[in-house]
Amino acid sequence: MIRLENLSLGYADRPLLKQVSATFAVGQLTALIGRNGSGKSTLLRTIAGLDDSTIAGGSIRIAGTPQTEIAPHELSKSIAFVTTERVRIANLRCRDVVALGRAPYTNWIGRMQEEDRRICDYALEAVGMAAFADRTMDRMSDGECQRVMIARALAQETPIMLLDEPTSFLDLPNRYELGRLLQRLAHEERKCILFSTHELDIARSLCDAIALVDNPHLHHLPIDEMQRSGHIERCFNLA
Amino acid sequence: MKSRNRILFVALSLLGLALFAADLMVGSVQLGFGEVWGALTGGDVAPATAKIVRSIRLLKAVVALLAGAALSVSGLQMQTLFRNPLAGPFVLGISSGASLGVALVLLGAPLLGWSGSTLFASLGVAGAAWAGAALVLMLVAAVSRRVKDIMVILILGMMCSSGVDAVVQILQYVSNEGALKSFVIWTMGSLGDVTTIQLGLLAIAVVAGLILAVAAIKPLNLLLLGENYARTMGLNIRRTRSLVFLSTTLLAGTVTAFCGPVGFIGLAVPHLTRMLFREADHRILIPASALMGSCVLLLCDLVSKSLTLPINTVTALMGIPIVVWVVWRHKTIA
Repeated sequence: MIRLENLSLGYADRPLLKQVSATFAVGQLTALIGRNGSGKSTLLRTIAGLDDSTIAGGSIRIAGTPQTEIAPHELSKSIAFVTTERVRIANLRCRDVVALGRAPYTNWIGRMQEEDRRICDYALEAVGMAAFADRTMDRMSDGECQRVMIARALAQETPIMLLDEPTSFLDLPNRYELGRLLQRLAHEERKCILFSTHELDIARSLCDAIALVDNPHLHHLPIDEMQRSGHIERCFNLA
Repeated sequence: MKSRNRILFVALSLLGLALFAADLMVGSVQLGFGEVWGALTGGDVAPATAKIVRSIRLLKAVVALLAGAALSVSGLQMQTLFRNPLAGPFVLGISSGASLGVALVLLGAPLLGWSGSTLFASLGVAGAAWAGAALVLMLVAAVSRRVKDIMVILILGMMCSSGVDAVVQILQYVSNEGALKSFVIWTMGSLGDVTTIQLGLLAIAVVAGLILAVAAIKPLNLLLLGENYARTMGLNIRRTRSLVFLSTTLLAGTVTAFCGPVGFIGLAVPHLTRMLFREADHRILIPASALMGSCVLLLCDLVSKSLTLPINTVTALMGIPIVVWVVWRHKTIA
C-alpha cells in the first residue's frame, strides 16, 4: 500500500535516510522505531504529505501512484494521520471531532448525510468511545482524547493510517489497550497502519512488523526476523 | 439544528429588533415608539422628527447593525485561524494601517501644506483609512504565502502594527493641536459620521465579507484541530488563509474606514457567542456571532448616546470584563 522506493530523506544539513526501500502492506500493523531525532516523525509527516521539502531522492508511492502527484484532497481519502498535537477545544464534542474526519466526502459547508453519521457512530464504537459522543474535548483524559482522534482517522475511511507516537502521554494499561486497538483495526478493518513509538515491548508483542530507523538505513522486517537479526539491540545499545 | 440553538437565534433576533427600535428612540431628543414608527412609515409626525429619525438615527442604527456583525465575524475568523483566544480583527494590523492612512490625511497633509489639496480631499478620511488597512493586510498576506507556521504570521502582524503605530506617533508628535485633535477624535470611533452613499458602500463590503466568511465555514471547522490535521483532511491552507484575510479586510477594514477603530467588539463577541451557544461549529458560530455583534454594538451605541461618550470608550468598558473573564477561565486549562 505504501511503497518507499530508493527514498532519501532529510534536511540540507542533516540527511536522515539514504536510498531506502520498503513496502507496508494492507492488513499489517507496523511499528516505526528508532532513536530520538532519527527521523520517525519526519518520515511519517512526509508520507502524509505534510512536508515534501524533506524528500532528497526516490519516491513514496501510495497504491502505486507517486505521492507527490496526488492532490491533497485525494490524498486525504487515502491517508489519515494522527499527530502528536493535543486537541483540547472547549465546546467541541467528540462527535464533532469525528465528524470532521468526513470532510473529504462532505459538501462545501460540511453537511453530514445519514451515511456519514452512521460511519461516525461506527468509528466511535470501534474505539470504545460511543458513550462519550456528547462529551466535550476539554473534559477528557489524554487516553480518551487519543481514542477520539483515532476515531476521527477511522471516519476518514482511508486504507492507510499513520500515527505519530500515539502511546505517549498514556499510562501502561492504556498503551497496551491502544496497541491492541490498532492491531484489531489493522487485521479486522484491513488497514495499513504505521505508527512511531518508543515502546519496544508493544512493538514486539502486538505488531506484525517493525521498521527500525538506523540512520541512514531503514530495516523493515517481520517481527520474528527482526528479533533474530539483532538490529534493535545494536541500535539501542542493548546488547 | 438543535432546538436550544433555534430558541437562542429567535431570542437574539428579537433582542436585536428591540435594540434597533430603542436606538431610534433614544438620543438628544427622546422619541416615543409611535413617533419613530410614524417617521419611518411616512405617518403624521413633525417634519423635524421625521428628519431626525430618517436621516440621522436610522443611518446610525444600520451602521451599528452592520459594523457589529462585521467586526464580530472577522474576530471569530481570526481567533480560529490563529487558534488564539486573544486574536481579534485587528491582530494583522488593520487598525494600524487605517490609522496611518488617516494620520497621513489629517496630520501629514497639513504638515506638508497640502491641506487644500484636491487629491487628499477627494480621497477623504474613509478612503485613506481603507487604503491603509488594505495595504498593511496585503503586506502581511504576501509574507504569509512564504510562511508555514501561522504563529509567525501572528507575530509579523503584531510587529507590523507596532511599526506602523510608531510612524503614526511621529506624525502626531510633529503635528499642531488642531490636526492632532481631529485625529484623536477619529481614534475614538464614531458610528454617526457615515453618509448615505458611504452606508451603501459599507453594506456592500460587509455583505461580501460575510459571504466569504460563510464560504470559509468548513475550512474554519477543520482548522479547529490545527493546520496539520486540517491539511491531512484535504484542506488547502494557502487558499483558506487568503479567503479569511480577504473576508477580514472587507469586514474589519471597511468598518474601521467609516467608523474608526472600534475596539473589543471583535475580540469579545465571539467569546460571548461561544459561551451562550456552547458550540465550536462555525455553521452556528458565524451567524450567531453576526447577530450577537449587531446586538452588542446597538447596545453600546445606546449607552454611548445616553451618557454622551465616544463609542470606543463604551465598547472597551463593556468588552474588557468579557476578555478578562476569558483569560481567567483559560488560565486553568492552558
